[in-house]
Amino acid sequence: MSAVLYDVPGPRAKARNRILNVIVLLAVAGVITWVVLRLNDNGQFQGRRWAQFQYAAIQRELLTGLVNTLRAAGLATVLAMLFGAVFAAGRISDHKWVRMPATLVVELFRAIPLLILMFFFYYGSLEFQLGLTPFHAVVFGLTLYNGSVLAEIFRAGITAVPKGQREAAYATGLRKNQVVRLVLLPQAIRSMLPAIVSQLVVLLKDTALGFIITYNELLYVAKQMGGRLEFGFPYIPTYFVVAVIYIGLCSLLSMLAKYLEGRSRRSRKTTAPPVQIEESTAA
Amino acid sequence: MLSVLTDNWELFREGFWTTLRLFLVSGVLSLVLGTVLAAFRVSPVTALRGIGTGYVNIVRNTPLTLVFSFLFFGAAKMQLSLPTFFWAAVASLTLYTSAFVCEVVRSGINTISPGQAEAARSVGMTFVQVLTIVVLPQAYRAIVPPMTSILIALLKNTTIAAGFSVLEAGAIPAAMAERGQNQMLTLVWITIGFLILIIPLVFLQRWAERRTAVA
Repeated sequence: MSAVLYDVPGPRAKARNRILNVIVLLAVAGVITWVVLRLNDNGQFQGRRWAQFQYAAIQRELLTGLVNTLRAAGLATVLAMLFGAVFAAGRISDHKWVRMPATLVVELFRAIPLLILMFFFYYGSLEFQLGLTPFHAVVFGLTLYNGSVLAEIFRAGITAVPKGQREAAYATGLRKNQVVRLVLLPQAIRSMLPAIVSQLVVLLKDTALGFIITYNELLYVAKQMGGRLEFGFPYIPTYFVVAVIYIGLCSLLSMLAKYLEGRSRRSRKTTAPPVQIEESTAA
Repeated sequence: MLSVLTDNWELFREGFWTTLRLFLVSGVLSLVLGTVLAAFRVSPVTALRGIGTGYVNIVRNTPLTLVFSFLFFGAAKMQLSLPTFFWAAVASLTLYTSAFVCEVVRSGINTISPGQAEAARSVGMTFVQVLTIVVLPQAYRAIVPPMTSILIALLKNTTIAAGFSVLEAGAIPAAMAERGQNQMLTLVWITIGFLILIIPLVFLQRWAERRTAVA
């Protein structure tokens, strides 16, 4: 742990750390004061800029945005899980002609920027009259990208189960699908649950990309609310409220991931080491 | 199919050039800011640790599009606009990516065996010396593969700037729609462009993984 980088502080180091603490806190307080003054000078605390949140219509608007965000995230989660399961199964297949295309698809969709994936559905629908709404473009884009990442997580989870487990299962006469279903998967799921939940945080955050392709989600609603003249263009109050909602939701999920990780470390009911949570993430 | 690219070559060139500049500038800035934040997070000063932890926890749970929205629409309302859209995009990408860089650097620092830092301390090095001379140079080796993933994510994230009036690769489809060009082929070419940019990074990652596996 990081504590190895410095000795347990003695009296002099303690005094120095205390002084540094005070200096840093003063600097932070200074920055905060500056921001608050800046906001105040530009009238961002005026009642008329915040008054909109008292109106039932505005609250309903925010709620609609939130529901649309959750709806896209929920559907994309289910579809991405299915996509991930199918392609993970393809990637661990014994047959080369199944493995190769599955690998290609997974690697391709992980490499294309998510926004471009959404553009494919968005512009494709316009061009071929497919009748897809921006909602579909968001959901399908999220599904392809996160499904591919989940496929990698599933595969990593299954290959992380020690070889002996598989060999023992085969030795007792189980068939291939029984080995995977009865022995490998139950152990793999425990080890990859934290990584899956972390990926869901990414998915939830990425619904905000819907803003760019005019999907009526939370951020899109916020932009419209911020652009209203009668409330003095309340961009800052609105983004503040929306940020609290996003950060709250994602933090809850992140905490769940952390809790699951801690739990699986405390009680090992699986022989597999935990799947690494990759820090790489899209928007 | 090729004519879509050749007839609009200047658009594609301009777009990808801006993407590349966005990537390089915000990549370097995020590496610097992220490393500083990681140093905060392992420092003996409680207040600095608090800043690092707070920053990472907030930014990691914020959508990048929201960061962009705030800097492009919100900051102007408190007269804090950056000189150009390009620099506002760089600021958004840097603020966001450095939180992830910080976490990678920190976990890299944690892979170094305590003996290294203890030995460094016993010859009388200070915290900053231990970190910059002994721990970080070793940590950077373990850091390269996950850091490459972050840089790849950053490269892909630059497309979000297209939604905020920066004319980079992600903005090509809208411009091509105005010209009445085939959208699907445009998107295919953009995909190929991104693959060309990403594949060297992936090879760098594989190479670094092999090297650290041996060491």
